[in-house]
Amino acid sequence: MSGDSSESKTIFSPALAARFDRLVGLYPVRRSALIPMLLYAQDEIGCISDEAVAEIARRIQITELDVRNVISYYSLLHTEPHGKFHVQVCTNISCMLRGGNELFEHCKRRLGVGNKETTPDKLFSLEEVECIGACSWAPAVQVNYDFHENLTPESMDRVLDDYRARS
Amino acid sequence: MADLVSHPDEVKLLSFRFGKGAASIEKYLELGGYASARKAIELGADGIVAEMKASNLRGRGGAGFPTGMKWSFVPKQSAKPKYVLVNGDESEPGTCKDRLIFEHDPHSVIEGVIIAGLAIGSRMGFIYLRGEYRYLLKIMERAIEEAYAKGFLGRNIFGSGLDFEVVSHTGAGAYEVGEESALMESLEGKRGIPRIRPPFPAVVGLYGGPTIINNAETIATVPHIFRIGGAEYAKLGTERNGGTRLFCLSGKLERPGVYELPMGYNLKKMIYEVGGGIPGGRKLKAVVPGGSSTPVLLPEEIDIGMDFDQVGKAGSMLGSGGVVVLDDTVCMVEFALRTMKFYRHESCGWCIPCREGTDWLEKTLTRFHAGGGQARDIDNIRYLAENMMGRTFCPLGDAAAMPTIAFVKKFRKEFEDHLNGAPCPYAHHREAALATV
Ligand SMILES: Cc1cc2nc3c(=O)[nH]c(=O)nc-3n(C[C@H](O)[C@H](O)[C@H](O)COP(=O)(O)O)c2cc1C
Ligand code: FES
Repeated sequence: MSGDSSESKTIFSPALAARFDRLVGLYPVRRSALIPMLLYAQDEIGCISDEAVAEIARRIQITELDVRNVISYYSLLHTEPHGKFHVQVCTNISCMLRGGNELFEHCKRRLGVGNKETTPDKLFSLEEVECIGACSWAPAVQVNYDFHENLTPESMDRVLDDYRARS
Repeated sequence: MADLVSHPDEVKLLSFRFGKGAASIEKYLELGGYASARKAIELGADGIVAEMKASNLRGRGGAGFPTGMKWSFVPKQSAKPKYVLVNGDESEPGTCKDRLIFEHDPHSVIEGVIIAGLAIGSRMGFIYLRGEYRYLLKIMERAIEEAYAKGFLGRNIFGSGLDFEVVSHTGAGAYEVGEESALMESLEGKRGIPRIRPPFPAVVGLYGGPTIINNAETIATVPHIFRIGGAEYAKLGTERNGGTRLFCLSGKLERPGVYELPMGYNLKKMIYEVGGGIPGGRKLKAVVPGGSSTPVLLPEEIDIGMDFDQVGKAGSMLGSGGVVVLDDTVCMVEFALRTMKFYRHESCGWCIPCREGTDWLEKTLTRFHAGGGQARDIDNIRYLAENMMGRTFCPLGDAAAMPTIAFVKKFRKEFEDHLNGAPCPYAHHREAALATV
C-alpha cells in the first residue's frame, strides 16, 4: 500500500515524501519511523500542523491520537510555528556558571520578547532550554540546529545580527 | 564546531583521530580503521567477549557496568532477532563528549557496533542521537553510507558471509529517553516511558528481542580495545577500571574542554593542571564529578583518582564524565535549584515519587532561594529527596534526589543563610563571578 498512498496526496515536498517512503521500511516495525518523521516534517513546514498529523498517522498506520500523544512528549516537537530563527539559550548548570542566565536576559531585551515568544515580524523566537551538550564551551546557544558557543552578550549580538541579515 | 583542546597528560587512544578528518572513510582506513572489525570476525563471539572482559572496560553512560559482562548476558539462542543499540542521547548536564566522537570519528561508532553485533549474534544495530544533534546525524548518515559502499555493512560484511545492518536514528528532545528502557520505547516510536525490569534488555529488549545498549563512547572505545588488545587497554587504567575516558571539564575553569585521561587520574590535578585552575584567583567551592546527578564533592574531597570505585568510595559517582567546577562566587542554593528545575522538567511523569517529588522540590527550592524559606524547609528538602531514592520506576528519581541530598548535607550553612529573607545573600558574588569568565 505504501507507494500509492503517499504519492496520491501528500503535503510534503516530493523529496521528503520519498524520504518518508524509505523511512517506514528501514525498521523492523513501521512505527519506529514516527519520531524522525515528525521532526523532518516540522523542519520542512515550520510546525506539525493538523494536516501533517493526519498524513503521518496514515503513513505509519496509527491513529492521530497516537501521533499527538508522542508529539506532546518531546520538547523539540511543536504544533505552532516558531520564528524563522529559533534562539535556544541554555541556562543549565555549566552554562549558568559562565553567564547563561545573563545571556538569556540579554536575548530577551535584545529581541524584545519573553521565553517561548516570537517577535512580531516572526523572524525570531526565544526559548530557555536545558543542556544542549556544549557544557565545555559554555555559555551556548542553538539557533535552529546551529550551535554557537563561548558566547558573550557582544558576540551574541553579532550572531543575531548575522541571522537578521540572512533573512 | 566545538573546539578541541590538548594537554600533555592526555592519553589519546579514543580521540587520536579527532581533528584529522577521519569522518571520511578513506582517512579512517588510512588511520587503521576497520582492522579491528576484521580481527573480531576471526575471533568469533566468544573470543570477542573474552577480550572485552580482559579490557576491564566499564560503560561510559553513567553506571559503569562492565561491558564484557553485559554482552555475555545475551542468550546465544533466541527466537527473536537480537539488536545492538547505541545510546547517543547525551543529555546529562555537564556532558558533551559523545558529540565529539560523532563529529570527528563516526566510523569508530560503526565499527564498534559491528563488533558488538558479532559478539552477540545480532544482524542489526541502531545509533540513536539526540534530536538537537542534527549536524551529527548528517555526519553519521554519510559515514554509514560509506561503510555500506565498501561492503563493511549490509550483505556479507568484509566477505565474512555474515550480514549486518546499521541504522542511525534521531530523537526529538528528551533527557529521559537516555535511560535505556525509555530509549527502546522511543526507538519504537513511542513516548519515552521506562519499562519495568526484569526482564532486562539483554533478554527482552528492542522489539522484544535480546538487546545490548551501550553509550556511544563505550561503543567507540571497542575498536581501540581490539587495536591494542584487551590486556593492554586494561593497563592504561586502574584496577577493574580499564583504559581512558573522555572527561568534560566545565564551569569555573581557565581551560574547560574535553580531555582524554587515564581512568584513575587525580581529580585535583584534573582541575588545577589540566583545566588550568580557577580563573581570577578565586577559590574552589565544590565539584560535581560526573554530571548533574552525581553528589557534589567539597574541595577537601577531591584528592581522589577518577575511576568508578574511588569516586564511589568518596560518596559520589564517576557518572558520565562531566566534571563541573564551582568557585566561591556560586550560590549553592541557586545551583541546587537549577539542578532540580532540570529534573522536574525532564521527569516523564509516569511514576508519582519522581513526578511529584521533583515538582515539590523545585517549588520549595524556588521559594527558599527567593527568601521565603523557613527553617523546617531545609530538613524537608532532604526528607523529600531521601524518600524518592530507590522508590521510582527508573533511576531518574535517584538522579534528582542524590545531588539534592548532598547539597543540603554539605552546604547546610548556605541554606541557613537564606533564611533571613530576600534577596539571596550570595547574589552580590554574581557580578564578581561574571567578571572572571
Ligand atoms: C534518566 C537517565 C538518563 C540517562 N541518559 C543517558 C544518556 O544520555 N546517555 C547514555 O549513554 N546513558 C544514559 N543513561 C544510562 C543508560 O540507562 C544506560 O545505562 C547506558 O546507556 C548503558 O551504557 P553503558 O553500559 O555503555 O554505560 C541514563 C540513565 C538514566 C537513568
Ligand atoms: S549546561 Fe549548557 S550546554 Fe550543557
